[in-house]
Amino acid sequence: MGGVKFEQAMARLEAIVGELEKGDLPLDESLKIFEEGIRLSKSCLKILEDAERKVEVLVQDRNGKKRLHAFSPEEETDDSSDELSS
Amino acid sequence: MSATKQQTLFHPAKSILTVSQLTGLLRTSIESQFADLWLEGEVSNLRMPGSGHVYCTLKDEFSQIRAVLFRSSAVRLKFSLQEGMCIIVRGRLTVYEPRGEYQIVLDSVEPKGIGALQLAFEQLKKRLAGEGLFDEAKKTPLPPYPSRVGIVTSPTGAAIRDMLSVLHRRWPTLQIIIVPVPVQGEGAAQHMANAVALLNEEDLVDVIIVGRGGGSLEDLWSFNEEVLVRAIAASRVPVVSAVGHETDVTLTDFAADRRAATPSAAAETVVPVLAEVVDRLRVLTVRTTQTMSRLCVFEQRRLETQIGRLAQVRFRIRQEWQRTLEIADHLRTLTCNRLAESRDSVRQRQRELAGLNPAFLVTRSLSLLSFLAQRLERQMMVLGDGRRRRMAAMAAQLTHLSPLAILGRGYSILSRVRDGAILRRATDAELEEEIIARLSQGQLRCTVKRVLPDPLM
Repeated sequence: MGGVKFEQAMARLEAIVGELEKGDLPLDESLKIFEEGIRLSKSCLKILEDAERKVEVLVQDRNGKKRLHAFSPEEETDDSSDELSS
Repeated sequence: MSATKQQTLFHPAKSILTVSQLTGLLRTSIESQFADLWLEGEVSNLRMPGSGHVYCTLKDEFSQIRAVLFRSSAVRLKFSLQEGMCIIVRGRLTVYEPRGEYQIVLDSVEPKGIGALQLAFEQLKKRLAGEGLFDEAKKTPLPPYPSRVGIVTSPTGAAIRDMLSVLHRRWPTLQIIIVPVPVQGEGAAQHMANAVALLNEEDLVDVIIVGRGGGSLEDLWSFNEEVLVRAIAASRVPVVSAVGHETDVTLTDFAADRRAATPSAAAETVVPVLAEVVDRLRVLTVRTTQTMSRLCVFEQRRLETQIGRLAQVRFRIRQEWQRTLEIADHLRTLTCNRLAESRDSVRQRQRELAGLNPAFLVTRSLSLLSFLAQRLERQMMVLGDGRRRRMAAMAAQLTHLSPLAILGRGYSILSRVRDGAILRRATDAELEEEIIARLSQGQLRCTVKRVLPDPLM
């Protein structure tokens, strides 16, 4: 969650740094985007920190009902177990 | 000999066959003798009617044979037959009794030269490319920071292990949804196509990896099947195709938004390294604050400069003010002086003017007048006395100078009567002319008797 939000925030932050470093803006404008930049960097860090590792398996039964459950590597068997390592 | 033969042919002992019987005999003979054979030939007169059966003629330089591929075999064909194609077929001969024609019924067909799969690959690739399924313009860029990754692959085997390990190493907090599918064999392509569609349906992930580890061309074949290629091309969520090894190329590679050489490479492509992103974020934050504080220092300096300049302006204003005051003072002094001068001048003029007052002049002149009158009177009296004496003297002198006085001494003055002219020479008178001689007392009227111009003559 927050992938797009994070991407947008990062892009905006990059833009803000570029804008600030160009130094064309008046002081009040600079201060405004500076505050925005700090806010963005905090929220970006928060997004990264809040994320939790999760590996799930999505299966659909015969009735078309979808089900998500935690993945354990040895749980499933398949006829393609003879695949070579890549 | 020939007669004997003819007799043999039409030997009454032998039964006479009907066409059907003969055809039946031929069919039995042919079908038993050519029950399983391999044949090589070029396809011509290809017909595919709606029944699903495929009809054609196989030929070489000198001969031809009719061939049929029944629907049950035709659907197993990976590639499609084409006019002029050289094929190797396996089949059996049969006789089509209604027409008395023999033909070969095909069980399997292989293109000559290249494998059937290879040909099928090329054919499908061309067809789908023609539909625009592989167009670069249709590719969606991968999200730079996906938080959820979908993986369509076999849940067992090396591929999923490799992908999970790379993904975890790069982005430890990534959310991964695996859709377990068979990746080879009958129906595998359909399963994978459904899985791609499923992940799209629920908006569950930001990016999808479809792939498997290495294998033979046949093992990887599901990734060349139309149903999966179309599902990948249609996916709204960006898809990375990761099939086999670097050298393996499948149609899903073309249809996907990105091709990865291997499943591990796909995992690397899909997510950045979290630590690097965090670093980047730190760097950006530091740059933001540094730039801002630099900007503040700069602005502060600018402000100070402006304040300094303002102070200078104030100093100059003071200076100008002082100067103005001085000038005003100077002006005042100057004006006062000028005023005083003018006042003096006016007074002078007034005085002068007062001296010129006509009334005063008249009064003075009047007093002068009487004085002058007295002086005149006195002067006149003095003058009168002198003049009288001088006049007496002058009268005496006059008397003395008068011709009359001369006449007294015996002289006389002659003048012509005619015009009164004084005679100075004898010649001034004419003979018999009347002349007057003035004497001291009285005059004489005379007549000229003779004119003697010069007594000496």
